[in-house]
Amino acid sequence: MNFSYWLRRLFWVLPTLFGVALIVFVLLRVVPGDPIAMLIPPGAREADIANLRELYGLDKPIWQQFVIWLSAVAHGNFGNSISLRENVLSLVLSRLPATLELALFAVTIAIAIGVLFAVASVYWRGRWPETLADGFSGLALAIPDFLWGLIFILLLGVLFPVMPISGRLDPSLDFNPTTQFFFIESLLRREFRIFASLISHSILPALALALPLAAMIARVLKNSLNEAMNQDYILLARVKGFTRNRIIWREALRNALIPTVALTGVQFTFLIGGTVLIEYIYSYPGIGNMAIGAVIQRDLPLIQGLVLTFAVLFIAINFLIDASYHWLDPRVRQR
Amino acid sequence: MKRIAWNKQLVFGLFVLGLMLLAAIAAPWLSRHDPLEQDLMSSFVPPFWHSDYDGNFLFGADSLGRDIWSRTLHGARIALIVAFVAAFLAGLLGTALGLAAGYFGGKVDAIISRLVEIWMSFPPVLLSIVLAAVIGPGLLTVIVAIVVIDWTRFCRIVRAETLAQREMDYVTSAVTIGLKPLQILWSEILPNVAPLLLVLFSMEMGIAIVVEAILSFVGLSVASGAATWGGMISEGRLYVNQAWWLMALPMLCIIVGVLGMNALGDGLKRAYDYRDKS
Repeated sequence: MNFSYWLRRLFWVLPTLFGVALIVFVLLRVVPGDPIAMLIPPGAREADIANLRELYGLDKPIWQQFVIWLSAVAHGNFGNSISLRENVLSLVLSRLPATLELALFAVTIAIAIGVLFAVASVYWRGRWPETLADGFSGLALAIPDFLWGLIFILLLGVLFPVMPISGRLDPSLDFNPTTQFFFIESLLRREFRIFASLISHSILPALALALPLAAMIARVLKNSLNEAMNQDYILLARVKGFTRNRIIWREALRNALIPTVALTGVQFTFLIGGTVLIEYIYSYPGIGNMAIGAVIQRDLPLIQGLVLTFAVLFIAINFLIDASYHWLDPRVRQR
Repeated sequence: MKRIAWNKQLVFGLFVLGLMLLAAIAAPWLSRHDPLEQDLMSSFVPPFWHSDYDGNFLFGADSLGRDIWSRTLHGARIALIVAFVAAFLAGLLGTALGLAAGYFGGKVDAIISRLVEIWMSFPPVLLSIVLAAVIGPGLLTVIVAIVVIDWTRFCRIVRAETLAQREMDYVTSAVTIGLKPLQILWSEILPNVAPLLLVLFSMEMGIAIVVEAILSFVGLSVASGAATWGGMISEGRLYVNQAWWLMALPMLCIIVGVLGMNALGDGLKRAYDYRDKS
């Protein structure tokens, strides 16, 4: 693997991040509307308002504000949230684990459903399971996660109330975590009732996020599995008398996996973007839910911090995908 | 373009589009109540399948006693306007940039591609919400938000297609006979990517319907009170345990609308593929 390629990639990350920061910063400031309006009590004196403006640095020209903000960010200081009056970085970090756990749970579900459907439709090729799988992926792909979230609330939360539809954990349970990674911590501490409650609270939002991705995985994997099944080494395996099960799971799947890994990686960023609304719909305490709150409150420092966090996540994931792609597929390495 | 290969998806897509047009145009004649008319005596009146149905509100009434059926029909207007206008403008911007990037290559391509990459590192939903909050609620806001976010869809695909078309003989001969780049793009390359644009346009309409619903769901679309599907869903969600049907009908409309526009896009894709093969 060549080192200078990765150095170049890493080098290009900075201008992209800079672009994101610049666009958001300018966008939020060129428009009318006063971000500190909600901090001002009725009948406040002009001098107090001016002081407040100065406190948040809003009295300076936009380019100066940007330079100040950027140099602060470079030092790890994202400023203070106007509406929550707390440090932006610590706010974001306290909510980020919830979102990451939800997103990872969703990806796991998507991969499980996608692989099962793909294998089933190759195994029973031309029979009803294939028709069923195709129908499922058509529907799951066409309907976006936002609507799946609402459909599940209506069906499984209200009409047949089998699942909780808000929050991350049953509030009556006693759980005092030291980290925000509740899934991992509850498992490590062997508190299985907590873990079950976490699962039941996040299964509907995770499923809503997972379905479109599951459909994509099912489609792509099915195609590459069918392709792999026509190769000579599969014929050889058949001649050797391996069972159909073993041929699909052990021989074909391994070689058909690369396009699926690439797809899952690219779509993972979209899935993380989807958490914004899904968390809001399910009152799930992650950064997505926080972002909508911040936008409604016009909390500029918090919005900037959150958007930048999302951008960093997106770029980091793309980077990791590229790396795993290189590692999985020797052909790419030679470029 | 003479013969269209009809297929199931195309028919279903056109049927849904027709249905939405009908609802949007004929809304006042298809419903007994004004969508904004409040009747506090009839709040949460149940729909026709319920034993307490009173014969006045076909699909029930919301918390303020407004007719769900009438609001749903009128919601189709906003959904369709947004779908058409936003998809058209996003297509215009994305196609122009995609053609330029694909045809001229070099620095132009580098700049546009970098711009697309920056755009893609925002979560689209968050970006649209930030935009809508920044510009302030309104129909125009929704359209601007969709255009600003989704031009990249058109841009990426048109750029790739233009790159491919540029290598074809007809472009070389157009260059040889001395046509200017803009002429070549407009009268040679554009007609050849037009079928692709039509497919993208149909898909984008479906996306626009969802984004409009999302923005009105978060309360950033047209002024509150006006009948939008997303707005009805977000109101209905508050009372979902008392009256689940408040959000069911507008949800159904969005789902059918999205499925319809997707089918339209798929159907068109198939229709053109068929033409290419024959």
